[in-house]
Amino acid sequence: MVLNLDLINKLLRGDKRTCARMITKIENNEKEAEDILKGIYEHTGNAHIIGITGPPGGGKSTLTYRLSKELSNQGKKVGIIAIDPTSPFTGGSILGDRIRMNKLATDPNVFIRSMGTRGHLGGLSKATHGGIKVFDAYGCDYIFVETVGVGQSEVDIVKTADTVVMVMVPGLGDDIQAIKAGIMEIADIFAINKSDLEGSERTTREIRMMVEMGNEEKKPPILNVIANQNEGIRELIEEIHKHKEYLISTGKLEEKRLERIRSEIITLIEDEIKSRIFNDKDVYKLLDNVLKDVYNKELDPYTAKDKLFKAII
Amino acid sequence: MDRPIRVLVAKPGLDGHDRGAKVIARALRDASMEVIYTGLRQTPEQIVAAAIQEDVDVVAMSILSGAHNHLFPKVVKLFKEEGVEDVLVIGGGVIPDDDIPGLKEAGIAEVFTPGTPTTKTIEFIKNNLKK
Repeated sequence: MVLNLDLINKLLRGDKRTCARMITKIENNEKEAEDILKGIYEHTGNAHIIGITGPPGGGKSTLTYRLSKELSNQGKKVGIIAIDPTSPFTGGSILGDRIRMNKLATDPNVFIRSMGTRGHLGGLSKATHGGIKVFDAYGCDYIFVETVGVGQSEVDIVKTADTVVMVMVPGLGDDIQAIKAGIMEIADIFAINKSDLEGSERTTREIRMMVEMGNEEKKPPILNVIANQNEGIRELIEEIHKHKEYLISTGKLEEKRLERIRSEIITLIEDEIKSRIFNDKDVYKLLDNVLKDVYNKELDPYTAKDKLFKAII
Repeated sequence: MDRPIRVLVAKPGLDGHDRGAKVIARALRDASMEVIYTGLRQTPEQIVAAAIQEDVDVVAMSILSGAHNHLFPKVVKLFKEEGVEDVLVIGGGVIPDDDIPGLKEAGIAEVFTPGTPTTKTIEFIKNNLKK
């Protein structure tokens, strides 16, 4: 392996700059990224990964801050990956989740990393999984992944986190919103934030009805929290722990992680194929050559695909 | 270069006016950079810790309170103590011309005063990256 083992040892010893630099290399898809991920893999799997998701402005960052602070006070090591959208027009972004978490900046138990989605849909960035692995090897007990503000269908977090906390707020719509397919289906725990606002009882009631209509084996608990006043935070941590115990005792944690590995390997294969289409000059040329044939109806796109696929493999 | 330039925009000190910081954040975003916006009233310790965790190329600070002679050099000093030498540190805000040479001496790469076109700041960043 080209990668210097010292670097991995530094990460395992908890060196912040090494941790930060490794995440950068993964985000930028630099040459060493794959070697880093290979090298640290055997040191991963210890952290509990918690997804924090919900609509924009719902208080995900504030809640993540409170949860992390509480866990840090208990002596736990916490990593946070906070994702905000990248402009599809310029590639630039404003990553503003730290604003709510600045008091944690100098906390030695906490490491916060902001990521832009960089063109990735689904609520996460492509480097999120790699970032989680780096944090895991770095020694985090808990890793929070705060998604972009979601709409109705950004559900990638469910494939990434062990426990998904759905942050809801009062007043976002009627009860039919609550039974729609999509993000409402992925919650392991509902946290109704800003529960001091008008309408929170109604929101709680509607989500409870939705949950009770379902026939899931384990109905997600519903908690009322007020993140900016630190209310309901300990109870939420308690529920996160209960959910983890449930996953372990039922064998579901292993099940989930096996599925995650499956989809990770599939994604890696897809990426490899795409990269060969664009980076392998012969393949690219072949693709160029068949375009006219398909246009002139001498070839159909499906046969063209078979032809190209052979060249790629 | 394929990767986006990462910039931490921070407001050290106690003044509560961040319009300038927001204008520059927005301009850098539109120049395809990734801007980590940390908001008001940051201590130099928080700024340096955040910059290390975020592995940024640039730290851009804005001060309107007059505390620049103390806070800007403090950030540079803390970076040095952490052994970080590849982060470009720039400043802006209401800063008297007389103070600028001293700030540059202390390691602030450039100081942008009110009225500077954002394009000038963007240009400076692109031409002076240390990574």
